[in-house]
Amino acid sequence: MLDRIASLGRLGLNVVASLGRSGRFLAGVLSGVPRPVTGFPLLVRQIYEVGVLSLAIVVVSGLFIGMVLGLQGYTILSDFGSEAAIGQMIALTLVRELGPVVTALLFAGRAGSALTAEIGLMKATEQLSSMEMMGVDPLRRVIAPRLWAGFIAMPVLALIFSVVGIYGGMLVGVEWLGVFEGSFWSNMQSSVDFTDDVMNGFIKSVVFGFVCAWIAVFQGYDCVPTSAGISSATTKTVVYSSLAVLGLDFVLTAVMFGDF
Amino acid sequence: MAQRTIEIIVGLFMVAGLAALLVLALQVSGLSPKAAESTYTLYANFNDTGGLRPRGKVSMAGVTVGTIESVSLDKETFQARVKMSIYDEVDNIPADSSAVIRTSGLLGEQYIDISVGGDMESLQDGDTFYSTQSAMNLERLISNFASGR
Repeated sequence: MLDRIASLGRLGLNVVASLGRSGRFLAGVLSGVPRPVTGFPLLVRQIYEVGVLSLAIVVVSGLFIGMVLGLQGYTILSDFGSEAAIGQMIALTLVRELGPVVTALLFAGRAGSALTAEIGLMKATEQLSSMEMMGVDPLRRVIAPRLWAGFIAMPVLALIFSVVGIYGGMLVGVEWLGVFEGSFWSNMQSSVDFTDDVMNGFIKSVVFGFVCAWIAVFQGYDCVPTSAGISSATTKTVVYSSLAVLGLDFVLTAVMFGDF
Repeated sequence: MAQRTIEIIVGLFMVAGLAALLVLALQVSGLSPKAAESTYTLYANFNDTGGLRPRGKVSMAGVTVGTIESVSLDKETFQARVKMSIYDEVDNIPADSSAVIRTSGLLGEQYIDISVGGDMESLQDGDTFYSTQSAMNLERLISNFASGR
């Protein structure tokens, strides 16, 4: 009985300790900003791995989500005779919420888990410690480019997701269901505000990109260097990133769109 | 893959992101590239502004001639004071015109409609509308109808 309480306490202490380690880790990574000339090729390579290779899943998901929004929205709005408002419904939903959040979840699943697995494997095969032996700071050479790449690629992916989704919604609404194209776009343009909607969504995607990239790299760096450890770290990345994104989304939405 | 190819692909990726931002700005949110039209300010006091909101439109004969800047409470007369920005080219609104709050459609959003008067003089920057008509209150209308007035 006492053992169980002790293990609960140990669990709590472990959680706090890992939060602390992640904070120190972040400080170490941020102070190692990639040097402009020598670090730039590393950063570009990582943006390719993290951003460009996620483009396929982001574009396809965006298209289908936009199309589903168009279908469902049309069904509901036709009850009120306001089918012409479907453009504004799709655009606001995507730009404010679904664009940043769904892209972040897809990013965490695809790019985040890949980052964690890669860094975890580097730790397990002792590449990180041998870099330290050679006097190369692994935080600066390996981790920092990946963190900055995630930070840069996420907003770009979220923007592409929103645009592709709106295009998918237009395909369903205008081409298939027969909403008048002029009112589709004019309703959308009059209700979507650039600073309040598009920019707020952009800020959200920047925050989510930072959080997902940070969790992914830290879990890889901090994992138990065995194969079971790497697999558990990859799972933790996806779970923690998703929870953090959804929680932060609520906080950011309340701050940006709440009425106080 | 060669470093140069990767750099080109990442460059295209960033260009695609910027293009998406431009599409969102211009096509989706209707941000227009023309410079902010120069405007002058007019005021109007209403007993009841209903659901009037900033960024609503001000129209005359159905044509948009300005936007609503702000709606505030005048603490001395307890009326609502609406500040409007009218485009500079519409500079000959007669001084005895009235500002009326109308609803677009039956349940749509509310806007201000200017009914022209016949005065030779025009409203200048900072002037207040002489006569106004408040928003139609649906509950008052229904109770008027129900009580047979």
